[in-house]
Amino acid sequence: MRFELTPRTNASTMMRVFASVAAFITAFLIAGFVIWLMGRSPIAAFDVYVLQPLSDPWSLQELLVKATPMALIAIGLAYCFRANLWNIGAEGQYVIGAVLGSWLALRTNGTDAGFWVLPLMLVLGIIGGALWGLIPAFLKTRFGVNEILTSLMLVYVAQLILDYLVRGPWRDPKGFNFPQSVTFDPAATLPPILESGRVHYGAVFAAIAVLVTAVVLGRTLFGYRLKLTGDAPRAARFAGFSSKATTLAVFAISGGLAGLAGISEVSGQIGQLQPSISPGYGFTAITVAFLGRLNPIGILVASLVVALTFIGGESAQILLKLPLDLTQAFQGILLMCVLAADAMVSYRIRFAARGGGK
Amino acid sequence: MKADVPPSGTPLVELKGITKRYGDLLANDGIDLSIEAGEIHALLGENGAGKSTLVKILYGVIEPSAGEIRWEGHPVTIGSPVEARALGLGMVFQHFSLFDELSVAENIAVALSHEWSLSTVRDKLAEISQTYGLALDADRAVWTLSAGERQRIEIVRCLLQNPRLLILDEPTSVLTPQEAEHLFTTLDRLSAEGCSILYISHKLEEVRRLCRRATILRAGRVVATIDPRASSAREIAALMVGTAVGEIRTDAPHHPQGETLRVSHLSMPPAGLHGQALRDINLVARAGEVVGIAGVAGNGQSELFAALSGERLADRAEAIAINGKPSGTMGIDARRRLGAAFVPEERLGHSAAPTHRLSENTLISHASAEVSRSGFILMNAAKRVARSIVQSFDVRTPEGDPQARKLSGGNLQKFVIGREIIRRPKLLIVDQPTWGVDAGAARLIRQALVDLAREGSAVVIVSQDLDELFEVADRMAVIHQGTLSSLRPIGEWTKEAVGLEMLGVAQGQGGVHAV
Repeated sequence: MRFELTPRTNASTMMRVFASVAAFITAFLIAGFVIWLMGRSPIAAFDVYVLQPLSDPWSLQELLVKATPMALIAIGLAYCFRANLWNIGAEGQYVIGAVLGSWLALRTNGTDAGFWVLPLMLVLGIIGGALWGLIPAFLKTRFGVNEILTSLMLVYVAQLILDYLVRGPWRDPKGFNFPQSVTFDPAATLPPILESGRVHYGAVFAAIAVLVTAVVLGRTLFGYRLKLTGDAPRAARFAGFSSKATTLAVFAISGGLAGLAGISEVSGQIGQLQPSISPGYGFTAITVAFLGRLNPIGILVASLVVALTFIGGESAQILLKLPLDLTQAFQGILLMCVLAADAMVSYRIRFAARGGGK
Repeated sequence: MKADVPPSGTPLVELKGITKRYGDLLANDGIDLSIEAGEIHALLGENGAGKSTLVKILYGVIEPSAGEIRWEGHPVTIGSPVEARALGLGMVFQHFSLFDELSVAENIAVALSHEWSLSTVRDKLAEISQTYGLALDADRAVWTLSAGERQRIEIVRCLLQNPRLLILDEPTSVLTPQEAEHLFTTLDRLSAEGCSILYISHKLEEVRRLCRRATILRAGRVVATIDPRASSAREIAALMVGTAVGEIRTDAPHHPQGETLRVSHLSMPPAGLHGQALRDINLVARAGEVVGIAGVAGNGQSELFAALSGERLADRAEAIAINGKPSGTMGIDARRRLGAAFVPEERLGHSAAPTHRLSENTLISHASAEVSRSGFILMNAAKRVARSIVQSFDVRTPEGDPQARKLSGGNLQKFVIGREIIRRPKLLIVDQPTWGVDAGAARLIRQALVDLAREGSAVVIVSQDLDELFEVADRMAVIHQGTLSSLRPIGEWTKEAVGLEMLGVAQGQGGVHAV
């Protein structure tokens, strides 16, 4: 008994849409079953996880706040993943972007430096993330080092740098020895879009990134270059697209967007540097990128869905005493279901009795 | 190895009427072949003659469309390599399947069934190494080994399973002459012990050194079974490439003008283990003519194509001049802007992206610029270009703008050649223009190439199909082990002379080099 996958020649758009819906329903059913096994009511869990956050204005804002960094990072990752380059280290690029941007915030803290501080911080954030992303890209193009390993390992380096800074040189002297920096000045703070709201301008950056990326990937030669590099690398070389230049470009772009997410989060949401500035956005963004099928609009939707599981997970922990790990498990289940649905749209599954012999 | 010798008169293996059809293409056409116990039997033929199809059928990798395999006189079906091995077949492929990071013993153990523990493998390895003079250190990591040593692993792996028939596919292609001589000694010993060997090659000297019987394939058919020691290299070469001398061209002679391509003293080191170095290549292609480059596969054709196209750069700009401009160090796109166009051998994945639509595939040689403007894709223009290629080159498509992979080989080849010709290039370089293409498409492609030349472009065709070159080329050279022969008018070549150049025995004036 074995499986055989044969490509379907006529996978329609309708089938793909239907498969996505089916994947979500299946994921919810599996998660409901797990919750039932844990002795809780799946109905109550669905209410807490999905319905309550969607019906409460505060939660809706929170949804956007959480979706913002994931959307920004995942959009950047789409550039890499389309070209079949595996940047697993967006979390580190996010951290270094936040650190470099915050450096300016801390340098100007308490001075009357004006309006230019914030834009410059954002630019520094992008540069920091891009440079951190270029390290694995350079190692790959120069020495052929596998980018998956280097980008991942650099995450830990970045986190330790941040940890050192907030415990050492950048610690707030009046902070009762807590490992955190001073609170940023208003000039170094990314303001909310609405006067009393919580959603900061990072959400606008994410929206711009989605639109620009939709045009770049769909309508430009550069977008086609990435697709060709990913689908047929030899044909890409034949087309005259240098694979080294492609590698450096996509790592710089995805690192830059991750860095922008990092500095936006610190200056718009947290307001200071502390040892932990991300609940793993950089890693979750990988899930988001694939849930959104590396399509900018899809990524936007996926980032909202995954943000919902974060918020729902927090309230489920409080209201139903369900462990927070369940959130990650659900994200995993969702991704598996979407990928499985994708495979079933692209391939016909056949059960063969035995290896084609006598 | 040691085997119950079958009753005399019954061959160990007998293939009867083996036929394999791929669409319109007959890769094997009613092949009969028999191998006696203890015999070293050569399978000779040019590339594309059907040698690998035949051994893949014998080894259970592909299923024949018709025909019968008899093993010691009994009809058998070989459904998979596992079944082939159970029957007593062993195969050493041209390209090794080894894990670089694992040790020699581990590499052997992974290929064997579970009964073999690492220590039994180690013991047995020592024993076999000793018996056959195949020195191997069980604990060395494979990545530290030479090509010859890696091949020994593959051979030992087969010998551990006591094969009755060992198949070797172009085994000396990666070996130094000394390593090759060592291999021959081992094969002689195996044969003396009763193990049959099917030896696939296009190198005459080797075959004459090893074998007493050789089956020669040409275009999927057996053309002769001979004793290679009793036939001259000339006779064998003639059998391999076809005896009939090509018809002399009758159409009006062309009037070549300026030099469109000049290659002078181009040398390049091999790109990898299986690569071929290019040695001091000189070549001129003039506007209005078709230049043919003949040769058996693996003699530097792909390397030459990569050097001419700019996928690999020469170290001197003057090594290659396109339209008089030194361009040896220019990338492929810059060369396209000088008026050059290229069609590589491999359609799927090299000249076209299989999962992309034809309109997107026009972007691959996008220097034509009409499908993009300042970095933006003009999708409608791309669709228009794709449509006009489809119409002018009679590309049969299942739908309006299908994915490249949905086209048959012949139709996709018409498309990628059309994509370049439609740009009216001053220089077109094509590698294997009609490889694996049906006769109708091949005819159309050759006609299009000749027409382009007659309109004043220079066309360079690299091909292993001699008939094709005799049909379309005005001048021709032969590439052998990275060296290009002199470029002579087609009328001065005979097939025999080409065959000898291909086998590298031309200098001996028909005489055969003894090994």
